[in-house]
Amino acid sequence: MSKKLIYLDNNSTTPTDPRAVEAMLPYFYEIPGNAASRNHPFGWKAEEAVEYAREQIADLINVDPKEIIFTSGATESDNLAIKGVFEMYSSKGNHIITAKTEHKAVLDACKKIEKAGGEVTYLDVQPDGLINLQDLENAITDKTILVSVMWANNETGVIQPMKEIGNICNKHGVLLMSDATQAVGKIPVDPKAAGVHLLAFTSHKMYGPKGVGALFVNRKNPRVKVTAQMDGGGHERGMRSGTLNVPGIVGFGKAAAIAKSEMNSDAERLSKLRDKLEQAFMNNLEEVYINGNTDHRMPHVTNISFKHVEGEGLMMTFNQNIAVSSGSACTSASLEPSYVLVALGLGDDLAHSSIRFSLGRFTTDEDIEEAIKLVTDGVNHMRNLSPIWEMYKEGIDLSTVEWAEH
Amino acid sequence: MAYSEKVLDHFKNPKNVGTLDKSKKNVGTGLVGAPECGDVMRLQIEVDETTNTIVDAKFKTFGCGSAIASSSLATEWLKGKTIDEALAIDNMEIVEELALPPVKIHCSVLAEDAIKSAIADYKQKNEEVSAS
Repeated sequence: MSKKLIYLDNNSTTPTDPRAVEAMLPYFYEIPGNAASRNHPFGWKAEEAVEYAREQIADLINVDPKEIIFTSGATESDNLAIKGVFEMYSSKGNHIITAKTEHKAVLDACKKIEKAGGEVTYLDVQPDGLINLQDLENAITDKTILVSVMWANNETGVIQPMKEIGNICNKHGVLLMSDATQAVGKIPVDPKAAGVHLLAFTSHKMYGPKGVGALFVNRKNPRVKVTAQMDGGGHERGMRSGTLNVPGIVGFGKAAAIAKSEMNSDAERLSKLRDKLEQAFMNNLEEVYINGNTDHRMPHVTNISFKHVEGEGLMMTFNQNIAVSSGSACTSASLEPSYVLVALGLGDDLAHSSIRFSLGRFTTDEDIEEAIKLVTDGVNHMRNLSPIWEMYKEGIDLSTVEWAEH
Repeated sequence: MAYSEKVLDHFKNPKNVGTLDKSKKNVGTGLVGAPECGDVMRLQIEVDETTNTIVDAKFKTFGCGSAIASSSLATEWLKGKTIDEALAIDNMEIVEELALPPVKIHCSVLAEDAIKSAIADYKQKNEEVSAS
């Protein structure tokens, strides 16, 4: 088949905007300097480019450029924020609060902290994916040093009430960190206005190159510090050693500048396409469920369960033509479905039936038309093959069937 | 993960999809797996009682591509086999035929379970009949 491959997996990574690529190119050969070389023009030019990018990125989230620490990506930023705060503030306490729907970079960093003698509370979320603010406040103790709540969820797109969370943390004098990987560059993110002290994000989810990310660290009221997790030359105000990825940072900066000017129009266009996709599935098919809060959600994401169809199998019907993600990980012996969807209270059967569609700047109306057609056909194909769809159509209550679990 | 050509072929053109009349005495039905596990296989056999030979086999499967391919292959293999020959089918033969990777071996195990479960159902039905 010579059809164009349609990419609806932009939450995994976005294509690098050609304008960002163009901005990067001189920094590979023509301007090859190390931004830390202080005594020759090669270094000065590289440093100048890095500082310009830092301004572009700071401008996107309305912070001071000095508050931006460059890293290799959001996973590193999450680790630096959580482990760095845990070490830096160990005299104040050892308790961290986070939520069960966080990214693994946060959850696994927290598990490491538990092994190091810290205490971590993993908050449940409500069925719509939002955390319960009262639960959060109740979890805060005099040992709590950090709350870590993601701005927007990678699987469902659900946006947490960061301002309200910030108010609670402020009231109790606790630092607030947010993994904003999926939000920055796609919706307005203003950590200072929300009372967020540390914000992790990355270039490759906002049309910049892979391999470069950032951590915003609040500098005033309060002045926040994190203990470096890597020893070396003391770059990035001592918080992150390692030669800066100059071309990557330049591309990241350009992507931030583009996002600042185009994010609102992108969001408006993509939310219409997303709604069209959802509406078509609801019209064409029975037993279609949208997962997560639809009022507080990223404009370009939808997570849909096609009941009685297994997600990975469904993807196989169209993955030669359309790239998406499934909440069903049928690749391990345990066959565990998405922990995020399970945390929303979805039964494992619905979690296994889920597909995430994440649109992006380069998604077209034709792409969505084609996706509607191919996915609808795929669901029908898989339902014809599905014994539980047949049982459902016969009116059998599947919850009363005694399954031979394996 | 890339699937083998054979898995893709069974997935795209599954053999023997459908439903046999489970009220018939010579039809055995096996339903294994659970929706919560992401795999449910229903495999049915129709047996010629005079020769103890499987004359037809049908399946429906809720699951990934490997699960669908495993059950499709199983129905192909079952047709024409005697009950004893069918009982001798080992999941590793399915693994080999479809070149399933280690993470998908459970799909072949499920198919073997489905075969054994369908045969057990057939035998139980016919014991009941002969006993009465």
